[in-house]
Amino acid sequence: MLVNQFLILAAVLFCIGVYGVIARRNAVMVLMSIELILNSVNINFLAFALRNGSVDGHVFALYIIAVAAAEVGVGLALVLLVYRNRKSIALDELSEMKG
Amino acid sequence: MVAQNIAFGIIAVIMVVGALRVVTVNNVVHAALWLVLVLAGAAAQYILLAAEFVAVTQVLVYIGAVMVLFLFGTMLTRAQLGKEKQLNNPTWYFGIPASLLLLGVMILALTSSFGDEKLPTDSELVSTQAISDQIFGPYLLPFWALSFVLLAAVIGAIVLARKD
Repeated sequence: MLVNQFLILAAVLFCIGVYGVIARRNAVMVLMSIELILNSVNINFLAFALRNGSVDGHVFALYIIAVAAAEVGVGLALVLLVYRNRKSIALDELSEMKG
Repeated sequence: MVAQNIAFGIIAVIMVVGALRVVTVNNVVHAALWLVLVLAGAAAQYILLAAEFVAVTQVLVYIGAVMVLFLFGTMLTRAQLGKEKQLNNPTWYFGIPASLLLLGVMILALTSSFGDEKLPTDSELVSTQAISDQIFGPYLLPFWALSFVLLAAVIGAIVLARKD
């Protein structure tokens, strides 16, 4: 197995996630795209852990999984709050703070 | 090694198709289910990368907990669960050149810096004991910080989402 096949797979997933963050209007869909991005980072960490023969990449991957879980919890609570106040979770309608 | 490459190819195709469906499909619940496919494929890739503990954690945390959160979030924020036309921004097409440019630059950088470098084939599975020795040894301070992050996230989510 080449190193690059994992890194390029991760790059493809990362770019699909970036497209989702830019293109999606629904806040839940944007959070899903962020999950895609975080997973691609995890694949990179584990590929480099295998390449360098170290365990540090595994530790960082576990930390990323934990931080992603916390992020989804707080993010969905925020989305719920926005929905309760606005009856909509379309991100382009949240423009009160526009200067 | 051939078997591993074939497995990688099949799982990679499934993951890329699933990820494309996540960002293009017009139904939030279907997008969440396609995301399950991508996350399961990622767990399979972790096993190919000799990381069994991270793969099991991926299945437990992502497919178990995070997907339930997503489905609850979908359920609580939308009246209808069917198709919806308004899932994309009016200017969604700007995302295509941006992500394609990013992908081109990343692939160029990866091929020029790693080329045909191979992963070591004689590596053993990383044992859970080795990971825990790292976490509770040199990485203890980040582990504490992470515990506080999780605590703060739980309290913050409760405070944000409860009704007064």
